[in-house]
Amino acid sequence: MELRYMGGAPEKEIMHVFTETMEEMFHEDSRVIYIDADLMGSLKTSELWHKYPKNVFNTGIQEANMVGVAAGLYLAGFKPYIHSFSPFATRRVFDQVFLSVGYAQKSVRIIGSDAGIMATKNGGTHMCFEDVALMRTVPGSLVLEATDGVMFKAFLKATKDRPGVTYIKTARRGLPDIYMPDEQFEEGKGKVLREGSDVTLIAAGIMVGTCLDAAKLLADEGISARVIDIVTIKPIDEALVIESAQKTGAIVTAENANVIGGLGSAVCDVLSGKYPTKVEKVGIQDLYGCVGDEAFLREKYGLTKENIVSKVKGLLNR
Amino acid sequence: MSGQLSSELELKRNALKIRKGIMQAISANKGGHIGGSLDLADMLSVVYTDFIRLNPNNPKDETRDFMIFSKGHAGPALYASLVFKGVLPAERLNHLNNADSLLPGHCDRNKVPGVDATTGSLGQGLSIACGVALGAKIKQTDQKVFCVIGDGEAAEGQIWEATQFAAHYKLDNLIAFLDWNNMQIDGRVEDVMSLGNPVAKFSAFGWNAVEVKGTDVLAIQKAVQEAFEHPNQKPTMIVLKTVKGEGAKCIMDMKNNHCIGLPDDLRNQVMNDLKQQAQALEMEDF
Repeated sequence: MELRYMGGAPEKEIMHVFTETMEEMFHEDSRVIYIDADLMGSLKTSELWHKYPKNVFNTGIQEANMVGVAAGLYLAGFKPYIHSFSPFATRRVFDQVFLSVGYAQKSVRIIGSDAGIMATKNGGTHMCFEDVALMRTVPGSLVLEATDGVMFKAFLKATKDRPGVTYIKTARRGLPDIYMPDEQFEEGKGKVLREGSDVTLIAAGIMVGTCLDAAKLLADEGISARVIDIVTIKPIDEALVIESAQKTGAIVTAENANVIGGLGSAVCDVLSGKYPTKVEKVGIQDLYGCVGDEAFLREKYGLTKENIVSKVKGLLNR
Repeated sequence: MSGQLSSELELKRNALKIRKGIMQAISANKGGHIGGSLDLADMLSVVYTDFIRLNPNNPKDETRDFMIFSKGHAGPALYASLVFKGVLPAERLNHLNNADSLLPGHCDRNKVPGVDATTGSLGQGLSIACGVALGAKIKQTDQKVFCVIGDGEAAEGQIWEATQFAAHYKLDNLIAFLDWNNMQIDGRVEDVMSLGNPVAKFSAFGWNAVEVKGTDVLAIQKAVQEAFEHPNQKPTMIVLKTVKGEGAKCIMDMKNNHCIGLPDDLRNQVMNDLKQQAQALEMEDF
């Protein structure tokens, strides 16, 4: 498929994509609501707040209340989107999300920004590696990490009327463009970004570009790697995972989250039952976060193309 | 609000009908959250007789008033009120907490018609009520949102987040009740985690706050009427000074009546008590 991945800064940062998309939706559907808990300044949405007083609300630093208010607004006929940094949008309010939204069968979209290592200088207190594991356990949830602005926008719009809990984790900035602007996405449908026959790299979010880079390095060494963007970690594209296992016989997963309960676990959940296959998991190896810039943190936690190459070689030599 | 307000006698009779319904529900599986259900009956009689706009034939009507039990364990009291209002058939109460029940002890909006929120993990319902009330403000409807919280529940931090939120967004369409019975699972509220003076606390948070005796139907009626007729951009908290188990002396006298078994002899004692009250109120068909 055609991609526009060059690495480097995107044409439009995620936070600007968010503002632009929400504004579009306010015009398309007056029932769309965006609530933040005092992080509009970080997401650069303060202007929206003043411009759309019937669509945008701030709860102040009250994440639990924000989830409840969103749940109540749903009962009143609205379509709420809520935002905070990913640890506060998931871990801090897990019970509220699980019960007031999930169990109560409402429809709320949760945007968790500064996903994983992209919390960078805010460090370990703000660095959430467990969000994927947590949110996967909410029955009927959708869980994804935005790969780029095109995919982020597509899912903001596509989930407006989706029942249940929708969790979209994302960096606020620094996600390279990967998809062409008119790319279409579907819940539960992964994308084959590069064909290959020796190994499949299955990635999500910030690791998709890294896997494309790793595939090039591998090609230089004569190893043919298939690269998949899983798109939604839950529901996961079982058919594509199984087909890749059948085709390449080896899989390396790559994720910006704890490998316990994350994408790697989700892939193994599929394969262990239906097509047992060798898997290596690149991701956070059951560790806490720390302060650093993206490059440092990628190195520290092994979220690099070099580590992926090394894991592939180890796997193929097993 | 449905025109002329009811007399004390009528409200007391209706409260007794609701208590009878609570007992029917809790008898279904010989036990349940009896204390904190019975003590709400007088308030519920006032709200469901005189104030709440709720069409029994269409309890999901978008223009309805909402009732959100943040203290979700008092489900039997809400269900009995819905039977009183004609939303649920009385027979439904016989199914409380049966396996995979369509009448779970904790309030469930997806299983029970007329229930507006699914609650049970304490502290969350007031936020939901705030969201509904904010939604009514956005839509510019005259809908009211009622919410019931427990005094033990008021130890939850989220209650105070929502309290602050309701005042900030001027939700004068929100009328909440605090069931101040001073008992929670581990003992008296003032021993476990003291609540202090709730009227002063809610006032300080920017609410209209008033304390009334939980059995004084006319005082409750007056407090709700005030919120209906004189909205002043502030939410209203009506602190109900209650006794857990109110209406059944043998239950009130127990040290712990939060969630208890209800053997037949205890049930009969309660029912005899209610019947005597019905005679005093000249309710022939009780």
